[in-house]
Amino acid sequence: MRFWLIFKILLHPLRWAQDRIDAWVMARVKRQPGPIAITRNRVYILPTRFGYFFALMLLVMLLGAMNYSNSMAFLLTFLLAGIALVCMHHTHANLVSVQLRAGNCEPVFAGETAHFELRIDNPSPTPRYSLAASWPKLEEHAVPGDVAARGSGLFMLSLPAGHRGWLEGRVFSVSTEYPLGLFHAWTWAELDMRCLVFPKPAAHGGEPPAAGGHGGLASSDRSGQDEFAGLRSYRRGDTPRSIHWKSLPKLQHPMVKQFAETLEQDLWLDWSALAALEVEARLSQLTRWVLDAEAARRNYGLRLPGTLIPPGRGDAHRFACLKALALYDADAG
Amino acid sequence: MNEYLPLVSLWRLLAVLALVISPHVLRLPVWETALIAAVIGWRALAAYKQWRLPPVWLKLGLTALAFIGVLWSYQGRISGQNAGTALLCVMAALKLLEFRDRRDVMVVVFLMYFMLMTHFLFSQELWTVAYLIVCVVATTAVLVECQHRGALAPRFTLRKGGAIALQALPLMLLLFILFPRIPGPLWGLPADAGAARSGLSDRMAPGDISSLIESDETAFRVTFDGAVPPPAARYWRGPVFDNFDGRAWEEGFATLVPGYGPEVDLRGRPVRYEITLEPNRARWLFALDMPDESSIPEDAILGREGQLLARKLVRERRRYTLTSFTDYRMAQTPQHPRRYLRLPDGFNPRTLDFAQRLRDQYPQDLDYARAILRIFREQPYVYTLQPPALGRHSVDEFLFDTRRGFCEHYSSAFAVLMRAAGVPSRVVTGYQGGQLNEFGGYYVVRQSDAHAWVEIWVAPDGWIRIDPTAAVAPERIEQSIEAALSELEGLPGHLSARTRLRYYLEARWDLINAQWNGLVLAYGPELQQQFLSRFGLDDMRRMILTLTIAITGTLALLGLMLLRKAAPARTEDAALREWHRLARKLTRAGLPPRPAEGPQDYVERVAAARPSWAAALRHIAGLYLHSRYQLDPETAPLRELAHAVRSFRTS
Repeated sequence: MRFWLIFKILLHPLRWAQDRIDAWVMARVKRQPGPIAITRNRVYILPTRFGYFFALMLLVMLLGAMNYSNSMAFLLTFLLAGIALVCMHHTHANLVSVQLRAGNCEPVFAGETAHFELRIDNPSPTPRYSLAASWPKLEEHAVPGDVAARGSGLFMLSLPAGHRGWLEGRVFSVSTEYPLGLFHAWTWAELDMRCLVFPKPAAHGGEPPAAGGHGGLASSDRSGQDEFAGLRSYRRGDTPRSIHWKSLPKLQHPMVKQFAETLEQDLWLDWSALAALEVEARLSQLTRWVLDAEAARRNYGLRLPGTLIPPGRGDAHRFACLKALALYDADAG
Repeated sequence: MNEYLPLVSLWRLLAVLALVISPHVLRLPVWETALIAAVIGWRALAAYKQWRLPPVWLKLGLTALAFIGVLWSYQGRISGQNAGTALLCVMAALKLLEFRDRRDVMVVVFLMYFMLMTHFLFSQELWTVAYLIVCVVATTAVLVECQHRGALAPRFTLRKGGAIALQALPLMLLLFILFPRIPGPLWGLPADAGAARSGLSDRMAPGDISSLIESDETAFRVTFDGAVPPPAARYWRGPVFDNFDGRAWEEGFATLVPGYGPEVDLRGRPVRYEITLEPNRARWLFALDMPDESSIPEDAILGREGQLLARKLVRERRRYTLTSFTDYRMAQTPQHPRRYLRLPDGFNPRTLDFAQRLRDQYPQDLDYARAILRIFREQPYVYTLQPPALGRHSVDEFLFDTRRGFCEHYSSAFAVLMRAAGVPSRVVTGYQGGQLNEFGGYYVVRQSDAHAWVEIWVAPDGWIRIDPTAAVAPERIEQSIEAALSELEGLPGHLSARTRLRYYLEARWDLINAQWNGLVLAYGPELQQQFLSRFGLDDMRRMILTLTIAITGTLALLGLMLLRKAAPARTEDAALREWHRLARKLTRAGLPPRPAEGPQDYVERVAAARPSWAAALRHIAGLYLHSRYQLDPETAPLRELAHAVRSFRTS
C-alpha cells in the first residue's frame, strides 16, 4: 500500500498533489446560495505538465550555462525562471476576487443534458482571461471564457440528467492557466444550483385515453363540430362572436355558446387510467400525453394521486403539469 | 486545451520562430537555411489553404534526411556546438510539419527558448541583450496567445509578454548576482566551443599581418597601474619564430618548461598592468616586452624565447595581471645557435649575395645591422598596406624589385639578411602601440596594431630588438598605424582620420563594451566571490539565503501589486461605499441584501426580522438616501452617515 503511494507520487507528482489538495478542500466546501467571492485563501495553484517541463528545460539550460560559463545563457535562464515565477502570480491574480453566482437552469427531460448557468462577476478593474468552470475531473472539456473588467461572464456547467426530479448541482471548480499555461490555479465552490428534470417522455403512439369520468367523447362526435352543445358563463378571452347575445338582457351577465368541438378539448390525463404500468412508465406516458396535447393545442388537465391540475394550456400550464410529474412522489423516487 | 490554433496566431508563431532562428542563418549550411525557410513558408500557406499535413512516412523521411544532412555538413560530429545548433534549428522547423494544436505550440515555444540560448554560444556582445529581450517578449507573447481561445491582438499579447518580462527583470538580476556560481566546465566542452579563431597566427608569410590590419576587432585592453610606457616602448610580445622556409616564418623549436624562462636581466622601473584578452582560440597571452617570470598567471608558461603561453586555448575572454620591464638585457646564449642561422637552400640567391658583400664592409654585427637599416631608410622603400604580390624568391623580389612592403616584409628581409651574414636572428610577432580610451583610462590594442619585428643575437648584449619598420616609417612606432600610412592608400574605414565626435563615440562605445565584458560576461565564481564578500556574503549558504529572501520579497511585492489590481474596484461614490459597508455588516449577521431590493425595502425587511435594529437602520437609510440623491453635494450628510454606519453594531 505504502509502496503504491510512493509509486504514485513519483509517477504523477502533479496529479497526486492535486488530488490530495482537492480531497482536503472538497471536504470543506460548503454549499452556498451565492454569490461566492473567491478570496485569496480559496485559490490553489500548482504547476501544469508544461510547467514541470519548463522547469526541466530551465535546469538543462542552467547546466549548459554553467558548463560554458556563458553569462548571456545565465541571463536568459534566469530571465525565464523569473518569468515563470511572475507568471505564477499572474495566474493566481487572474482568478482571485471574482464572484460566482448561479444563473438560470432550464428544465430538461430525463436523458438529456442539464445546463447549469454560472455567472462569474468581475468587480475589479482588470479583465480576466481564459477562466474555465467545470465539474471535478472534467477540466479537459471545459470551455474557457473571458470576463471583462467590472463585467460578468456566463459559463455553462453541463451534467447529464439521469432521472426525473431535482438534479442538484455539485461541487465545481473554476480554474485558469492564463497567461502562460505554466500554472493551474483553481478553486472549488458549490452553489445552490438545481435543475428540474421532467420524466423522459414515452415513445410516440400511445393515444390519450378517452379520459375516465366526465368529458369523455367518442371520436365519432367530431363530425358535429358546429353542433350547439349548451351555454356556459363568460370567461375572459372568449371571443365576442361566441357570446350568446340573446340571453344577455334576461340573465344580466353574458353567456357563451358552447359547441361539441370545444367541449371535447378538455382532456383529462389521468394517473389511474394507466394502472397496468409501473410508476415511472406511467409518468413517462403522462409526460408524452402532456406534450402531445400541448402540441395539438388542446386543453388538458392532469390528475395524479394527491394532485389535480384543472384543464388549461399554454407554457405555464404545461410547466405546472410537467413539474408535478417530475416531482411526483419525489422523496420515494 | 487541445484545440486548433487560429490562423493568425499560427502565422505570428511562425514569424517569431523565424526571428529566433534568423541569427543562426549566418552559420547554418545553405541547404538547411533553405529547408527551414521552405518549411516555415509551406506551413504558413498550408494553414491558409487548409492543406493536409504531410503523412507520417514523409515526416520521418525528412527528419532522417535532415539528420544525415547535418552529419554530412559537419563531418559526422553531431555533438559539437555548431552541429548541435544546426540540428536543433532544423528539428524545430520540422516540428511544424506535425503542428496542430495548442500543445504543439508549447513544445515549439520551449524549443525557441532553447534556440535562443544556443545563439549566445557564438556571440555575447552587448547587442545580443536587445536580441534576447525582443525574442523573449515575442516568444512569451506567442505563449500568451495560445492560452486564449480566440486570437488576441498582437498589441495586447506583446504588452502582456513585455509586462511579464519586465517584472521578471529584477528576479533575473537577483539570480544573476546571487545564484552561487561554480567553476565550469561540468562535463567538458565540445572541440568547437567558444569563439572563432582570430588574430595572429602561428606562422608569418608576406601578407598575413597586413590582412589583420583590415580588422578593427579588439585584441586586448590594457590598464596600466602607474606610469605608462611611451608608445615606442609598447611592444606586446607574442609568437616567436625561428624557422624560415624561404617564404614563411614558423615556430620551429620552442623551449617550454615551467620555471625555465628566458635568462633576463630586468632593469629600470617595473610596469604593472592588467590585460583583458579577447578570446582568440590560440594559446598566446600577450605581454609587454619583457614580462617578469614571477608575475605570470598560474596556468601560463613563459617560454625560453620570452613568449607567454596559456596551457589551454583561450576560448573565452580572460584577464591577467603582469609585471614587465621595458628595459632589459637578454644575455643568454642561444641553446642551439645553428637554428637561428638556418636558411633554406635555393631561395633568395640575390639576397644572400648582397649580404655577403655588405658584410665584407661591416665586420661588426651591429654596424652591419645599422647599415641595413640605413638602406631601408635612405633608399626608396615604401611602407604600404598594399604591397605587390611576391613570387618564389620573396625576399629578393621585395628587397631589389618592388621595395614596397609591410612590417612582415621588412622584418622577414632583415632577419634573412642577418642570418646570411652569420648573425643569429629571429622574428617576433605581436602588437605595437595601443590607443588610449580617455573615458575608461585604458588602452585598446586592436588587431590592426599587429606588428612584426626582429631580434638579433650580438655578443655581449645577447638578444636585442631591432624594428626595421621603424627605419622606414618611424611614425608607425611613435604614433600609430594610421599616421604611418598615407591617405592615398585607401585605408580601411576604421583607420581613416577621426573627427573628435567619432573618437568620442568610438571611445564611449568601447568603454561600454569593456565594462560589459568586465562586469557581466566575466561574472563567474571568482568575480562573484570578490563582489559579494564586500557585502559579507562570502559563502554559498549566505548567498542562497539572501537570494531566497530577496526573491521571496520581490515576489511578495509583485503579488501584492497584482492582488490590488485584482481587488474589487473601489466605489467612487462615498455614500454608496458606506451603504456597502452596512450591507456587509448585515450580511455577516445573516441578512444579505437581495439582488433587486432597494435600500428602503431592505431596511424594512431587516427591521421586521430584528426589531431592535429598526430605528438605527431607518436612520441610516434616511441619511444614505439623502446623501446619495441630494442635488447639492455640499450639504450631503456624509460624515453623519459614516458615523452612523460605523457605530451600528449587529451584536
